[in-house]
Amino acid sequence: MNDEVQEVQAQQTGNHLTKGDRRATWWRSTFLQAAWNYERMQNVGWAYSMVPTIKRLYKTKEDRAAALKRHLEFFNTHPYVASPILGVEMAMEEQKANGAEIDDDAINSVKVGMMGPLAGVGDPIWWGTVRPVLGAFAAGMAQSGQILGPIIFFLVWNIMRMAFLWYTQELGYREGTNITENLGGGMMQKLTTGASILGMFIMGVLVPRWTTMNFPMVISEVKLQKGGYIDTNALATQINNGNLDAKTISDVVSGIQAKQNLGAVKITTVQDTLNQLIPGLAPLLLMFVVLWLLRKNVSPIVIIFGLFAVGILAYALGIMA
Amino acid sequence: MVSAFFVVLISFLAGMDGILDQFQFQQPIVAATLIGLANGHLTEGVILGGTLQMLALGWMNIGAAVAPDAALASVVSAYLVTGPAQVSVSEGMAIAVPLAIAGQVLTIGVRTLTVMLTHVADKQAEKGSLRGIDAVNMTALSLQGLRIAIPTIIVIVVGAGPVNAALNAIPDVITKGLAVAGGFIVVVGYAMVINMMATPELWPFFFLGFALSAISELNLIAMGIIGLVLALVYLQLSPRFNGGDDSGNGGQGGGSGSKGDPVDAILNNY
Repeated sequence: MNDEVQEVQAQQTGNHLTKGDRRATWWRSTFLQAAWNYERMQNVGWAYSMVPTIKRLYKTKEDRAAALKRHLEFFNTHPYVASPILGVEMAMEEQKANGAEIDDDAINSVKVGMMGPLAGVGDPIWWGTVRPVLGAFAAGMAQSGQILGPIIFFLVWNIMRMAFLWYTQELGYREGTNITENLGGGMMQKLTTGASILGMFIMGVLVPRWTTMNFPMVISEVKLQKGGYIDTNALATQINNGNLDAKTISDVVSGIQAKQNLGAVKITTVQDTLNQLIPGLAPLLLMFVVLWLLRKNVSPIVIIFGLFAVGILAYALGIMA
Repeated sequence: MVSAFFVVLISFLAGMDGILDQFQFQQPIVAATLIGLANGHLTEGVILGGTLQMLALGWMNIGAAVAPDAALASVVSAYLVTGPAQVSVSEGMAIAVPLAIAGQVLTIGVRTLTVMLTHVADKQAEKGSLRGIDAVNMTALSLQGLRIAIPTIIVIVVGAGPVNAALNAIPDVITKGLAVAGGFIVVVGYAMVINMMATPELWPFFFLGFALSAISELNLIAMGIIGLVLALVYLQLSPRFNGGDDSGNGGQGGGSGSKGDPVDAILNNY
């Protein structure tokens, strides 16, 4: 009896999701991965995100049970790109609740059909580019003790993330199933390629810049001719005797400017030779060794432990410092 | 006592975000900074956070694969560095690695345990109980929080004494060697990111970045601008994106001529 009245009302006015419902979904989608499990992965979090929709559209226990059941199926994608899918599913549920012929299979297959391709976009952009680039930028500041580093990281990341979740969810809700056509239009591929170019470029910058490898082993010690170096011993004697004159000072300064060697013996280390080839050669080579190991499916943790061992060994043998 | 309370609270937050991956409380640069703040050694926390962040750059959960766990690594390591134990940053970094593995094992455990909760959710669904679903989701989330909070409490209770004694027993050559390794261990993170993105098409951009990095006047912001410009120019010139519909390539200023471009369509709608 009561149900019949409600149904009539729904048909007259139409049962629609409010902006408040969409906001609630947006906040709940933050917890998409809370109950991540090996059986159906993000299924509980997905149903949790759909709760405001189900609550608005279905009033009877049976309808709600059926809706919850179809949203507890297997689901897994990148946690942020789940938002446009949520939007689409909200639109579909709304149409279904208002009498459109949409069966459970349709709702499920849209979900499953979108999660794969979207994860393929979300992973390289968010985990592969934005977080490493932003993280490296902020970490560089943090390593010199600047509190601004963590603050920038946290704020920039979360503003971008929250805006992305909201606008893509709204986009999905407005476009409904049309969104699949829109996303197929090459835009996603463009975005992924563009982001990857930026990411690869920045990685190229970071590998030599923020990797410290110093090889202090001495290759050669050359005794320099008088006048070809800054005579630090003579300078020290002069200063200690108190007879430092203006000419000596100007000689020393011009010597420094001409990049003359300090002291009579020019020491060339392995590091100096490497730097003459191109700065950052050793980190580059090491990166390729690690990349090769990763492609051989060696676990990153094994590689990290291996490198710690290499570091200890190289230090003990005096190769690195 | 107060600082210990906040450390545990932050560890709980980091544990929850370790699975959610949303706010990034689990990332070393955030977690270590907060722990440092709670212990009154903000600067040390920030420095450790920056150092560990470089290590964790490539740790990402893709699909069902579980990466080394940044949450446990950064929380416990930051507590040891900025708390009463006063461990050095390079030692903190070395400690972080085994902790990351321990955290990884723990999250795999919780993710398996949560399978049971899924079946509870099924039962709640049959009853049509929306609250039941909420409760299951939040229970699972709390388990992930406890995954980091409980080990942290254990470390706090054990205290600085045993930790320091253990660290002092390590010979000099090991600690100095670890510091050396700490300088170059970050390449693993870079390699993981590169491994995920690299295609033959993209390698030239990597080498261009490598060559330009020698110019120390160009800081990272300048490098970011160069990278962005490269990406935009590439997208405009690449034949791959200039097939049938290239009307959007004039950028957002193009206006009327760009009806076919979804980016423009979205921008115009807002």
